[in-house]
Amino acid sequence: MRSEDVQEKDEKVSRRDFLTISALATGALALLGIVAGVFRFFKSDASYEEARSFKIGKPENFPVGTFRNIADKKVFIVSDDAGVYAISSVCTHLGCLVYETDTGFQCPCHGSKYNQVGKVISGPAPRGLPWYEITQDVDGSLVVDSSREVPAGTKNRFS
Amino acid sequence: MNETGQSGISKFTGNLKTLADSFTSSVFRGGKPSSDKARASVIYNNFFMHIQGVKTHINTLRPSYTLGMGLIALFLFLIVVASGIFLMVYYNPSLENAFKTVKNINNVVFGGKVARNVHKWAGEGMIVFLFLHMARVFFTSSYKAGREFNWLIGIVLLILTFALNLTGYLLPWDQLSYWATVIVSNIMMSPKELTDSLGLTKFFDVGTFTTDFVFAGLNPGKESLNRIYLFHVMLLPIVISVFVGIHFWRIRKDGGLTKPEDFSVRNSDIGYVLEPDKTSGIFPTHKTYGLMELAKGKTPAVDKDIENTVMSWPNLLIAELAVLMVTLAGVLIYSYYIDAPLKEMANALIPENPAKAPWYFLGLQELLSYSAFMGGVGLPSAALLGLALIPYLDREQYKVGVWFTDSTGKKIAVESFIISVIVIIGMLVFAVNFGWLRNWFPEIPQLVITLINPGSIWVGFMILWSLFVIKRTGSTRMGAMALFVMFLVSYVILTYFATEMRGPNWGFYWSKSQWPIH
Ligand code: FES
Repeated sequence: MRSEDVQEKDEKVSRRDFLTISALATGALALLGIVAGVFRFFKSDASYEEARSFKIGKPENFPVGTFRNIADKKVFIVSDDAGVYAISSVCTHLGCLVYETDTGFQCPCHGSKYNQVGKVISGPAPRGLPWYEITQDVDGSLVVDSSREVPAGTKNRFS
Repeated sequence: MNETGQSGISKFTGNLKTLADSFTSSVFRGGKPSSDKARASVIYNNFFMHIQGVKTHINTLRPSYTLGMGLIALFLFLIVVASGIFLMVYYNPSLENAFKTVKNINNVVFGGKVARNVHKWAGEGMIVFLFLHMARVFFTSSYKAGREFNWLIGIVLLILTFALNLTGYLLPWDQLSYWATVIVSNIMMSPKELTDSLGLTKFFDVGTFTTDFVFAGLNPGKESLNRIYLFHVMLLPIVISVFVGIHFWRIRKDGGLTKPEDFSVRNSDIGYVLEPDKTSGIFPTHKTYGLMELAKGKTPAVDKDIENTVMSWPNLLIAELAVLMVTLAGVLIYSYYIDAPLKEMANALIPENPAKAPWYFLGLQELLSYSAFMGGVGLPSAALLGLALIPYLDREQYKVGVWFTDSTGKKIAVESFIISVIVIIGMLVFAVNFGWLRNWFPEIPQLVITLINPGSIWVGFMILWSLFVIKRTGSTRMGAMALFVMFLVSYVILTYFATEMRGPNWGFYWSKSQWPIH
């Protein structure tokens, strides 16, 4: 009878072990909570970035054959027979601004080259220059939204 | 009460006369030490000096052994901290003011330009001397058992020093800072290159997480500058100080610097060692002093080559003071003649052409220009991991403390030097002349470009070569030697190549003078 008692006691966690384990566990949990909180704190909730969609003016400002670099918005607006389209001027490698050349675009930083439609033809850039959505506002002016990408080759005619 | 019968006033004047002496002795408990015992107690009882042993091995004092590299790096750090505090008086980390205040410091503030130059050059000097120090430690086998952990701490210090320099580079908010910030934030995003091509970004977006953490958003803006400043003046210096403390404490506990097994005093040692004063003092010659005598186990310092130690005061202190003076003089002279650059104010619309990273990252930038992820994250991590593992993979304990181990070691070092110079130059020439995969197969998937590029091939070659050396010589030490030599060579050559031969559009030019004018 007595010896069974003792045995049972052995299998259970002793009071000391229980307290040690729970102390360690709560300590670990608290630490985890703090770390998570710190990371969450660092994640910025307010962003000071500019709005990513902007008006560029009436369609008649972009007759066929237009090639315009809207530098402060980091986008090229091109217009040809098939319509108007917007290509980003930010290199997809590490974010330098590309400039136009006879054959397309060229990045000054690590030598990425793109063709006229923004496809990578050489250099380290991992993907082509993104094309942005162009829509028309009620007042008739064109709106480029650089947070929305469209498949390369999407050209729209507006009037 | 008057105990001696002197008048109060004469006692007072007497005290006044001996003020200098009594003040000195209140600071330095024992006064100027005149015996070995007193010399020992100076080191032992002094807050700043007790980090050093009471006695120092003659080998440690030989200038040709340590070359003072680690010490120089430490002094440079102290200079950086001191000059940094001066710059903080005028600098303001906001988008509107950052550039103006730096300009102010440069052009208006009294002594501002020198303070800024000193800060900048001492900071960059830290990188140079950390590398040299690391090479010294490596080539004298000083990372071997008992000291492996301190080698790791050293690598942590190297990384922190890079971070310290980089964050400082971003603060002036001129064109260099701005475009470096853009590039760094994009490098932090670059793990996406890998997760994207594996389709993992949804679950595990490390790129966005770290970028947001450091720059408060994905495009560098006013919040970014604030954070970078915080990292630069608070977080990194504090963490570095802590690790420096651990680094030095470990040196003490590991029994001082390494020394060769068969050390013997040479005649030339007399030139910089004062003979111990055997006539006074309480110390027998066959012991070191410290708690370690009470502990069981392998304590490296006890009873090892005690005859060849000398008192740290004054031997070690003179040497340290000399290094400090040389370091200070070097920094001041350099800063007097060479100004830290300051370009126009940051302009988000006009990238620099070529947009180059600070020189200590240019070697990486060369690799970046093959793949953002590999060059910016993958290969540096691989290199650091390799360096960290060296003491755990090479545990041979012979000839510790001897430069280049033995004649085979010298041979392997020279051989690896020649081979790495040839291979890496060959690789660069090839990539410049023939381009790389994308130029030949435009449709190639990005994953292939990420994994197979000149950078990763070079690292693969280094690994294979050192395995080959291990096989040939039957020694892991020789393999480590080959790997380390190749690492240093590639760092230097890539840095030189990217600094001098990469021009506008990252094109190849034989020298800067051939850059097209634009
Ligand atoms: S940022 Fe354009 S090539 Fe690197």
